[in-house]
Formats: sequence, C-alpha cells, structure tokens
Amino acid sequence: MTDSSRPSDSSRPSDHIDAPEPGKITQPRLGFVGYLRFFWRQLTSMRTALFLLLLLAIAAIPGSLVPQVTSDPNGVIQFKDKNPGITPVLEFFQVFTTYSSVWFSAIYLLLFVSLIGCVIPRTKHHLDALRARPPKTPANLSRLEGFTTRTVEVDAETAIESARKLLRRQGYRTERYAPGSPGQAGLSVSAERGYLRETGNLVFHTALIGVLLGVGIGGGLGFTGQRVVVEGDAFVNGLGSYDSFNPGRFLDEQSLVPYSIRLDSFEPVYEETLTSNAIGQALDYTANVTTTVGTGEPEKATVKVNYPLPIGGTEVYLLGNGYAPVLTVRDPEGTVVFSQPTAFLPQDANLFSLGVIKLPDGLDEQVGIRSLLYPSAVELDSGALASSFPDLLNPVLTMEVYTGDLGLDNGAGTNAYVLDVSSLTEIAGRTADAPTIRLGVGDSIDLPNGLGSVELSEIPRFVSFDVHYDPAVPWVFTFAILVVAGLLTSLFIPRRRVWVAAVTNPDGSVTLEYAALARGDDPTLPRAVTAIADEHSQGLGLRVDS
Amino acid sequence: MNPTLEAFSLLMAVSSIALYALAFIVFALDLGTRAAPAAEAAPAAASVGIGSTAVLAPPAPPSTALPSITRWGRVGMALTVIAWLLNATAVITRGVSVGRVPWANMYEFALTAVAIIVGVFLLAQFWRRLSFLGAYVTALALLSLVLATVNFYVDATPLPPPLQSVWIVVHVFVAILGTAFFALGAGLSVVQLLQARRTTKGTGLKFLQTLPGAETLENLAYRLNVMGFVFWTFTLIFGAIWASRAWGRYWGWDTKEVWTFIIWTIFAGYIHARATRGWRGSRSAWLAIIGFAAVLFNFTIVNLFFKGLHAYSGL
Repeated sequence: MTDSSRPSDSSRPSDHIDAPEPGKITQPRLGFVGYLRFFWRQLTSMRTALFLLLLLAIAAIPGSLVPQVTSDPNGVIQFKDKNPGITPVLEFFQVFTTYSSVWFSAIYLLLFVSLIGCVIPRTKHHLDALRARPPKTPANLSRLEGFTTRTVEVDAETAIESARKLLRRQGYRTERYAPGSPGQAGLSVSAERGYLRETGNLVFHTALIGVLLGVGIGGGLGFTGQRVVVEGDAFVNGLGSYDSFNPGRFLDEQSLVPYSIRLDSFEPVYEETLTSNAIGQALDYTANVTTTVGTGEPEKATVKVNYPLPIGGTEVYLLGNGYAPVLTVRDPEGTVVFSQPTAFLPQDANLFSLGVIKLPDGLDEQVGIRSLLYPSAVELDSGALASSFPDLLNPVLTMEVYTGDLGLDNGAGTNAYVLDVSSLTEIAGRTADAPTIRLGVGDSIDLPNGLGSVELSEIPRFVSFDVHYDPAVPWVFTFAILVVAGLLTSLFIPRRRVWVAAVTNPDGSVTLEYAALARGDDPTLPRAVTAIADEHSQGLGLRVDS
Repeated sequence: MNPTLEAFSLLMAVSSIALYALAFIVFALDLGTRAAPAAEAAPAAASVGIGSTAVLAPPAPPSTALPSITRWGRVGMALTVIAWLLNATAVITRGVSVGRVPWANMYEFALTAVAIIVGVFLLAQFWRRLSFLGAYVTALALLSLVLATVNFYVDATPLPPPLQSVWIVVHVFVAILGTAFFALGAGLSVVQLLQARRTTKGTGLKFLQTLPGAETLENLAYRLNVMGFVFWTFTLIFGAIWASRAWGRYWGWDTKEVWTFIIWTIFAGYIHARATRGWRGSRSAWLAIIGFAAVLFNFTIVNLFFKGLHAYSGL
C-alpha cells in the first residue's frame, strides 16, 4: 500500500509515515508567529525526534571512554595525571561529567520538549477519537487490505446486523451506515478496534517523562554517604559522621533520621578446598550489625551484598571490606601515643593491603609509616612476600618508617591513604640503615633512633557502608512499569478498521464486501479479514455458486 | 564443583564448533548453488529471443513469499540442529558442573548466547522459512565460539557475592534473548540491503534472486528487532533493579550501562525511522545493523577494554 492511500491523521507529525504526503510547497511569507510555528513544527517532527535520539546515542559515547566523576572519581584523578595535555580540553567540554554536562542535558531536554510537543496534540486527538464514531465506510473497499467478498441468500439488513454483532463480539466498536448518508452506496457497518495501541504509545512516551522527572527529583532530594566501619565501632546517620557525603541540591540535612549502626562482626566465607581452581575466592560476605533508630531498642540485623539493610528511610549497602590493623605506638617512656585501627586498602583478591599511618604528635619527631599487610604471607623465591589467601592464616605486616614534616600543619587537605615521602627521611626500610620492619600479631619492636616502639595489637576487619536515600525510587519504578506496559501495548496490539458492506444483486442475493485498514505494522491483517468473512458468511449460509 | 563434568562440557563445546563449521559450509554451498526460480528466469530468456529489437521486459515484481527450503538447506538445518544439541549440552553441563547459571564470565556468556541465538533461529523456522539465514547464523555461532573458547576460556568457579542474586538469571538471560533477536534482525537487514542494491543496480549475488523483495525482508526484520527491543527494555529495567540492590543505585552511568542505553536509543531511533517518511527502507536497515554492531561492541570491546562495574571473575 502506498502512503497516499493512508487516511490523513492530523495529530501525527507531518513527516510521520501515516501522515498525508506533502503537496507542492508554496512558501508563504512567514511572520514572527509564523516562524515560531515553523520551528515548533520542525522540533516536533519525526525527523527531529529521530535526529535527537541518534545524537543522544552518540553523545553518550565519550562518557564511556573517559572516567566519570560520579562513577569513578579515582579513575578521573589518574586519567588527569596521565593525560595532562588533553585534560583542559576535556574539562572545558565537561567530559568528566558527561551526563550532567550542558551539551548532553541540552540534547535530552530538546528530545523531551520534542516528545511533549508530539504527545500533547496526539493525546487530545486520541481522546476525541475515543469518543468519535468509527469512520464512514469508504466508497471503494477493493482498494483496501484483505478485500474479499462472499455472496449470501439473506437480505442486506440481516447480513449487516449480524456482521455488526460479530465484530462487536470481537471487541470492535461498530457503527452502521445507511445508504442515505453522503458517500454511502449501500448498507454497511464500520468497525474499529485497538485504541489501546495509541493509548499504549502515549503512556509509553508520557511515562518516559515521568522517569526523567523521578530521576531528577530523587537526585535532588536524596543523599549518598560512605562510611568505613571497623568491627566493634559504630556510626550515626549524621552529616559529620560520614567519610564522604553527597547531598542532593534540595536535601534538608535536618531531616536525616537519627540512627546508629554498630558493626559487631564481619564474616567472609572463602573457598577453602585446596584442589579447587577457585581457592581463596569469596563465596559470601555477611556484616552482623546492631542498629538503633532514635531512642528505640537496639536490634540485630545483617547486611549482605545484594541484600541492603533498610533503615530510617535509607538503604545501607555493604560495598567493600578489608583489614584495619591496630597499631600501638609508645614513646620511649612506654606511654601510648597512638592506638587505633587503620583501614588498609586491599590491593588484590588475597587482600594484600596497603596502609598509611601518620603520627604528627606524641613522639620527638613527626613519623609517617607506609605499611603492607599480607593476611596469609608466603615468601616468594625472590624473597619478597605475597599473600596466598584472603583470611588471616599467617598475617605479616611490614613497615617503612619515615620522619620529617608530614605537611599536616599548613591546613592543606591531604589524602589519608597517601604518604608523600618527598620531604621525609626514611629511617627503616630499603633506603635506610635499619631494615623494613616485619611484625606478626602481638609482636612489638623498637623504632630506630630511640623514637619509641610499635606493636601490632590485633587485626580486626573493616567494611565500607554506602548509605543511600532516594525518595523518588518508587515513582521511578512505577513509571518504568508504565513504560514497559505502554511499549508492549503500542507494539503488539493491532489497530484495525474493518468494513462490511452489502450490495444487493439483481437476483435478490446479497454480495458482502469485507476489507480492512491497519494503522502501523499489522502483518496478520489480511488473514484476520478472511477469518471474519468466513465466520460471518458461514453463519448466514453461504451461497455455493455452481 | 565437578571437574569431570566441566571437561565434558568443554568437549561438547568444541564438538559443536566442528558441527557449526560443517553446517556453515553446507549453507554456503546452498546459497552458492541456488538458481533463479523459473518465474524470474523465463522473461529474461524471452527477451533474448526477440533479438536486437528487444524491449527490456519489465522486471518481475518482487516476490513476497519466502523460498521453500532446498535439499542442501535441509542438510544444513539438520547439522545445525545437531550442533545446537551439542552446544546446549555444553551449556547445561557447564552450569551443573558448578551449580549455578552458566553465564557468569565471557566464555560462558558466549557459549550460552550462541545456544540461544541458534535456538531462536531454529524456532523461527516454524514461524517463517528463514533457512537462507543459515550461513549467517552458523558463521556468527562459529566465530563467537572459536573466539570464546580460544581467548576467554576460564575454569568454572562459584559466583562471587556481587553476582549471587536471582537477577543474574533474569537480567542476563533477557539480555541474551534480546541479542538473539537483534542478531537475526540484523541478518535480515543485511540481506534487505543487498536485495535493495540488486533491485536498483540490477546486479548482485545470484542467490538473492530466490529471496523475496527488500520490503518483505524489512518487515520481517522489523518484527524481530521489535522483539529484541522489548527484551532490551527489560534488560535495562531488570539491570537497574539489580543495580539498586547490589550497588546502591539504579543508574550510575557505568560503562556497560552507558552502552546498554546507547543500544536502546539506537533501536528506539530505528523504530522511529520506520515511521518517518524518507527513512523507511535502507536507512532504517542501516540503523538496525549499527544497533547490532553496538551490541557486539558492548559484549567484546566494552568488556575487555573499558573499565566498569560489570567486570567480575577475571572476564
């Protein structure tokens, strides 16, 4: 079927395949309003929607090539270090924050404006169509799809009325047209079904707007916070308590529900079968916690990967874990100047970990320690240590000790996990007179230069909790369901118009003409018309021609 | 874990490679030896008979019927069924050997994806006679399995905690189903483009004469791609639900999320293109092919070279 034979549909963009073919263009002079209308029509055209969709797909690519601040902040820092030349250019184009950049936002906002401009008139038109009668029967049914005829021995009135009932039973909305009305040669019934197809289409597009709004509003009203907790310690849901805290723009920080979570223990399970090719692989992580909401009773709970803990309107996720060795440092008199756990950053699957301890006060000099932890230490042929299993089977801690100005007094922020040794003097380690210190649990050793002593008291575990609050999640989820429901109905419910017209022959018999028209793709339409014609004519008693 | 069963699974996978190779050869021979049907050959012969004053006979209108299966096509189909059975056995035994779904790393994903793509292809034969896509599908299966077995084979290991979720069953399975429909759709779109070129330029591969016109091929491709799009939408949504359970946010522009979004957007564009005047036909076919290329890119290049949260278990 060619496009010109499709019915005109003023609600669709002018370049929609169901819209009438544009005639010869006579360009009138456009006034200001005319230009506005012209640009609006351009913006809401199918071609623009298509262009913006493809542009959006292309615009999303750079954000996957370059690390993003939101998903990989450390990657961004590393990338900038490695590529100082191109960094200013990328920063200018906001590539490190692609998905909130001006240009990316511009594309999707234009796309949604185009979408709204398309959806509103279509909704109005669809509401009208829902109230309107099925359209008049076309004069020449043979030009339409699935055209077929049957001849029966009943009068036209009976035939058309039974056709109307049959179509109604099949879910069609029907309207009878009599010969008298304009353009109607004979008695006929016009039927239409599948209004849900357009409803689904509109629901799909409208729900996409809902998803976008939900994402935007939820991000603005919520927050995310990260906190490292060592076994035995607790943290409270409050601004000052998080290691990092990212509030949404409209978050009322007073509204945080006061609760506390104490990490009682963290229990990992590792593959221990010696013959297994997965030995050492984590099989399960469980954080046992005690929670207290407000002034309520403490309650036991667990947090697992994939099973966050809902508490006080937030969700608490278990995202990372490792060891936090407790080092006890004493001055030469034996007074404890430092004794607390320090979270070590895991470097591999066997939890070989790296930690930094800074001691600005208490000893005669400022001391910085760069420390490595091997939970299950084995000595390689080269003499170097490695960890062969993530559990604490044979824990060994090594320390390189530095003295000098740690740079903590000038007020500039420093990374707690990095020790800048450029202005420090190594007093124990590879370049010092004293060798690298090695400690097992419970071991104590004197620091060089009579500074004091250091003891590895114990090695508790730590976990990192992510706390998320997003009040819009149920809304986003609801709209996502509507997106799917709308998509399915708009793609798979056929919208059909079917006509049955009766022509009384000179011999008194009646020839029934059946034909249909589809809106959108509808490959089974001819078969459906044949089925209707067969069922209908057989019900009436088909005349068998000799 | 059961190393014996794991080894058996690998044996089955390698055997299926051999049979896919055989099936491909037979399907290729089939395409190469297909002759033009009598209906199209006859007018050409007639015009020769008229001699120098010949008026070119108008080209026969493109057929809308799919060709019935040839004898070689039947052989190819039979080989494909056997290859598929071996492939499916490899998938199942791999899963049983380690007591979990067999799609937790690239090797397993490729193994299962090939089984599902070929499975959908075989099932599609009950819907339409698409045996002419056999060479394309078996080539895809062959290449994927060889690359996966040679480059990405890893021992079967239990799932790490982040993957221990029912969503790995749903999310990944739906993604593979979407991929399967996109793969078939892209194959039809390629044939459609070849057919369209043959119709306009008058030259092209000979077997195209036995195939229906570009418009029929396009309609078939559209219906498959729409199925793919629905499954891909589910992939996105199930992935978001899982991400909100495992990572604490339903969407975070992780590299794999970005590419899943890009693919969704391309196919959304494809569906719009089909409804835009001037874009139906070859242009929208190109979009479908680009979309499937993005799916392959997402699985290979993004997995291997892009840093992201979807990396577990080595590969």
